[in-house]
Amino acid sequence: MSGRNRWMSAALALALAIGVFAAFPAEAQEGKSRGRWEYRFVCLSSDGEARPGSLSWNSARAELDDDRRADGERPLWRRWLGTGGTRRSLRPFQAAGPVKSPRSAPGKFGPYGGRFVPETLIAPLDELTGAYEAARTDPAFLREFHHYLTSYAGRPTPITRCDRYAGACGGGVTLYVKREDLNHTGAHKINNCLGQVLLARRMGKMRIIAETGAGQHGVATATVCALFGLRCVVYMGEEDIGRQALNVYRMRLLGAEVVPVAGGTRTLKDATNEAIRDWVTNCRTTHYIIGSTVGPHPYPTMVRDFQSVIGVEARSQIRRETGRLPDAVVACVGGGSNAMGIFHAFRGDRRVALIGVEAEGEGIRSRRHCASLGRGRPGVLHGSFSYLLQDRDGQVTETHSIAFQGFARCEGIRPALEPSHALAYAKVWIRENARRRGRRPLLLVNLSGRGDKDVHTVSEALR
Amino acid sequence: MTGAERLRAAFQPGRTALAPFFTAGYPDLWSFARFVLAASRTGADVVEVGLPFSDPLADGPSIQFASKTALDGGMSVAGAFSAVRRLGRATRVPLVLMGYANPILSFGVRRFAAECARADVAGVIVPDLPAEESGDLDEALADRGVASVPLLAPTSTAERIRLAAGRAKGFVYLLSTTGVTGVREALSPELPPFVARVRRVTRLPLAVGFGVSTPAHASALAGMADGIIVGSALVEIIRRAPSRDAAVRGVEARLRSLRRALDGRRRRRV
Repeated sequence: MSGRNRWMSAALALALAIGVFAAFPAEAQEGKSRGRWEYRFVCLSSDGEARPGSLSWNSARAELDDDRRADGERPLWRRWLGTGGTRRSLRPFQAAGPVKSPRSAPGKFGPYGGRFVPETLIAPLDELTGAYEAARTDPAFLREFHHYLTSYAGRPTPITRCDRYAGACGGGVTLYVKREDLNHTGAHKINNCLGQVLLARRMGKMRIIAETGAGQHGVATATVCALFGLRCVVYMGEEDIGRQALNVYRMRLLGAEVVPVAGGTRTLKDATNEAIRDWVTNCRTTHYIIGSTVGPHPYPTMVRDFQSVIGVEARSQIRRETGRLPDAVVACVGGGSNAMGIFHAFRGDRRVALIGVEAEGEGIRSRRHCASLGRGRPGVLHGSFSYLLQDRDGQVTETHSIAFQGFARCEGIRPALEPSHALAYAKVWIRENARRRGRRPLLLVNLSGRGDKDVHTVSEALR
Repeated sequence: MTGAERLRAAFQPGRTALAPFFTAGYPDLWSFARFVLAASRTGADVVEVGLPFSDPLADGPSIQFASKTALDGGMSVAGAFSAVRRLGRATRVPLVLMGYANPILSFGVRRFAAECARADVAGVIVPDLPAEESGDLDEALADRGVASVPLLAPTSTAERIRLAAGRAKGFVYLLSTTGVTGVREALSPELPPFVARVRRVTRLPLAVGFGVSTPAHASALAGMADGIIVGSALVEIIRRAPSRDAAVRGVEARLRSLRRALDGRRRRRV
């Protein structure tokens, strides 16, 4: 299995907790569902064939049913909903307002989120929360943020209709992809980095740290630090450094210091630990830019808000082009930032299914996958309570995925490995929905980044 | 006696308590047990037992290494309890568990508290469970007469100090500096004013840890704190020792020198 690739995340996806469960308001409990949420596993083989995982969603559904029975017939998500997640805290970034959360539990989404960090970090997190709440209601800050999104990152990114790929998947469905790959630095990560670096400047922090797995978040962080002349230190697992030499070089060219992390599994999970350790030590002078919807409050909220521009744009673009909303929005879920970014604007749309795709790696029954939502269970990692892959004793396990996919030859767009999972799932969705009665199904996929960084990994996989 | 009372008794007036830290199962279960017994013979007033975790984000390289070694050797929460149960019978020194939130949640908070009581554990420290999140565990431990020991950092505000002092049982754990565990050259200059700030809020004993390693640190702290916690320095001694026996001797020697340094200076409250 020379081409296995550990995908995106430390197997945390708070995105789900935030975007989805909180997307069901109180009336959902009376049976009127608003957005529909599903999660799917996709296994991608090197011949470009996408198939449902060896543990298909039927068995996943069976497990959900088991949970339902155990809990007196209440569906799983309703139980998760039970304890909170206020509507007000979900207002889009544009509608400025303070982050509202119960005083006893700052930044909780139902039971998820929170702050599970050493005491040292509570004061800097309070400072950050205060600064962020002030910034998100400050028109000057919003103007500045949108200025950099348009003049520097290149927003708005277009949506592209992909008829050849849809045809290759069987046709009968209109497919659009949101072109986050056209952002400066090649992925959606720049949105959040711009927002956070502007915030860091407001707080007077001159040193920036970040963690990175595949390197996209590290490159985006190094880029914005170069733009504003801030010192930048990026933590990256030694395994990842070996796999993503191109991105390591890009970060160094941008003036960032890339620190190899040799501890633990030597991947993103441990790079994040190391970044948190740095922040604990230097919290008075340093801002830590987290790239995923993970970490202690206020990070998940903040990353969601900064990334929500993806969905806001995509929703109005697809309405303009097709006159209606899509039947489904598909995004890959690892750390959750691109999924959260595109889903958030659709959370109130009853008829839009929001589908997060997790990588199945070598199979969900194997231990080499990264379907933390599908196969993980709730726990505490990197400062928040969410789903994670862990063993019986609460020790956190590694994540794996393999992926390759034939989108490039149909559309001339080379997606990164992460959104390849979403595109592979699109194929499954097209096959399932092509013959549906009524109007032609409309699918929107978030193409969160381009594949330059993965050329080496893919060529190894194909060998 | 409850855990809190046993811990308070361990901090005797006129004597700065010495609390060595050992990771359960490092370098192996048998040696770990020998270290705990050796420490209780050589002047330790409290022994802290670390529960290993895959992602110890409050720990520096030494204790990360110890955790990983212990996990690779098969250590688990249940395994640590079975060792601690026996040690609790073999020594009168109160044992305090220090572990991260996730293994405890995974084990089950109430079950964890019950096991603590069964193993005669006096207190529990969870570095990634601040006051906002610790309610369930505090309650479960209190029901079983086990003390929850909160941590405070130099960045803690007056309000946080009051919050922690309110939930503290037994003693309060003060971090000597911002940062992770690990051997450091000198103590932070911000430590004395920090200790004084906490002292104004609580009458509980204050133990200082993180970066406390040498007899020089110990004698500096003897006049300031009610106890010191030494962890990474001991891990380093164990790691460098040519044999397990040498490791035990090395640990004993360091604890004796720390004890002498603590006793060499009359205790004076700041």
